[in-house]
Amino acid sequence: MSTSTAHSVVEPSRLTRTIAGTLVIVYALVTMVPLAWIFLTGFKTPPDSISYPPKVVFEPSLEGYVNLFTTRTRQTPDYMASLPPPQTWYEELVRSRQMVIAGPSKFGERFLNSVIIGFGSTFLSVFLGTLAAYAFSRFRVPLADDLLFFILSTRMMPPIAVAIPIFLMYRTLGLSDTHLGMIILYTAVNVSLSVWLLKGFVDEIPREYEEAALIDGYTRLQAFVKVVLPQMATGIAATAIFCLIFAWNEYAFALLLTSGTAQTAPPFIPTIIGEGGLDWPAIGAGVTLFLLPVLVFTILLRKHLLRGITFGAVRK
Amino acid sequence: MSQMQISQRAADRLARSTPHGIARRVRGLSDKAIAWLFIAPTIVLLLAINVFPLIWTVYLSFTDFRANRINRAVEWVGLRNYERVLTDPDIWHNMLVTAHFLFWTMFFQVLIGFALAWLINKNFRGHGVWTTIILLPMMLSPAVVGNFWTFLYQPQIGLFNYVISFFTGADPSSFQMIGSVNLAPWAIVIVDTWMWTPYTMLICLAGLRSIPDYIYEAAEVDRAGPFRTFWSITLPMVMPFLMLAVLFRSIENFKMFDLVVELTSGGPGSVTELASINLKREAFEKWRTGLSSAFAIILFVTVFGAANIYVKALNTVKSR
Repeated sequence: MSTSTAHSVVEPSRLTRTIAGTLVIVYALVTMVPLAWIFLTGFKTPPDSISYPPKVVFEPSLEGYVNLFTTRTRQTPDYMASLPPPQTWYEELVRSRQMVIAGPSKFGERFLNSVIIGFGSTFLSVFLGTLAAYAFSRFRVPLADDLLFFILSTRMMPPIAVAIPIFLMYRTLGLSDTHLGMIILYTAVNVSLSVWLLKGFVDEIPREYEEAALIDGYTRLQAFVKVVLPQMATGIAATAIFCLIFAWNEYAFALLLTSGTAQTAPPFIPTIIGEGGLDWPAIGAGVTLFLLPVLVFTILLRKHLLRGITFGAVRK
Repeated sequence: MSQMQISQRAADRLARSTPHGIARRVRGLSDKAIAWLFIAPTIVLLLAINVFPLIWTVYLSFTDFRANRINRAVEWVGLRNYERVLTDPDIWHNMLVTAHFLFWTMFFQVLIGFALAWLINKNFRGHGVWTTIILLPMMLSPAVVGNFWTFLYQPQIGLFNYVISFFTGADPSSFQMIGSVNLAPWAIVIVDTWMWTPYTMLICLAGLRSIPDYIYEAAEVDRAGPFRTFWSITLPMVMPFLMLAVLFRSIENFKMFDLVVELTSGGPGSVTELASINLKREAFEKWRTGLSSAFAIILFVTVFGAANIYVKALNTVKSR
């Protein structure tokens, strides 16, 4: 092999970079197609969404979004003619399909449940995780490694296996299909991630800061609150987003333990049906609204992703 | 804020006027007390929501309890549930399906993920933005992903079939990705690979970036060719990272439920019925709580055991 002296091996040549860049960009574009497609489907009319060949260029419509948030009933032409003129644009849209709006759909409620359960469990798991992580990082805890491994191992259980006894337990305690029940459950699942990630962040804060504070007359608790916590802010924010995304995306527990009042969006979205089959534009709309917050959070989180997905095992 | 300072000052005054021992208690807890106070809530929560249910599952696995008939007398059946699970041909079939899924998803994700990481590590212009874009699928809800892929896989109207037919000339309605016995196992592998390749990519990238430049420079001094450099430096150095990625993904894919349930719900027939999907049927549709508890324990022990062996192997590789 000829070793040119014009460049070092560490620094790839211009040609290599161009080829590598092109391949990666092609992969990125291909991988985005499914997401782009479902996003576009949300703005199609039901006939456009199931046309062959698949339509890339179409007249955008908000019918999917209207259908997502309403329930509608089909009416006879006579009845339609007897109605007063529509008051709003969405009523007009629905009536053009020979239907009237019967009421709001359950999507809003389910979405709200996802928000309440997501934020509730995130707050709790980050709160518990911060305390435990600080203690594991700073104090000599007997059997610390075993405890930490135990905390991690709770994550290895298949969710369905955990769901059997939880189902029985919640039925006895009256926690089935309640927000509180789901918040407690998601907190328990997320706390392992939270402890492991936050321990990594606390480990990176030099102990000298606290020691200086202790010498200045702070108590341990004061040093923790006034010196360590502010230093942990980034770590806490990143951990919170990871917990939130997990709770937001979770499906198995939600499917088995909720059915109505506390049902979250993931088990609900696939059940959106229109007349004569699945209402794909409405599903597209629901999927878009549901995935959008996660996409935003992922972009905010990109610097900490590696840490989050490996429970803090790989840092950088 | 000002209120906090006032109460702070009050505490200080109180502390100064009390004997030393009590003062310590008023002003601050001992380190040991703080440690336990901080750890206890987490442990209690995990005991209540993870350990207690696990013990309960172990107990149930020795009984013929059925969760839909609470008033029926529960009988102790010993190891019969375990015997039935381990001799059930359907469950062995689920295990085979899970093994097929696990093997091929890992194979493709390692291959594509590593290749991508290797390309990204060439640091072309704008690699940061494209990396972030590639990462997006893995953060999404697996159930929702499974759901919208059923739309892409529709035989007549789906985009996936259309694209395949566009490139191969086959009639788009001549094959059904999730309706056919031969293609369905690959349909779930494709979606999982689409979703999770970024995961291996990101971890491999960290591995590649951890290799210090001087090693490559030393290789160049020794006149090692690019293949030799790759086999003797790059691959061994990335190996622990790659193995870690495989560990995490294997645990997740062994438990796989949400994505596949929404995509194929185990069908057609049971060709994509992974262990977790059958477990859900046994537990929450057939209500064989005792039997499914035994099944759950067997699955858990399998993951736990396999993960432990694997971690040992990982440590050997790391220490080399």
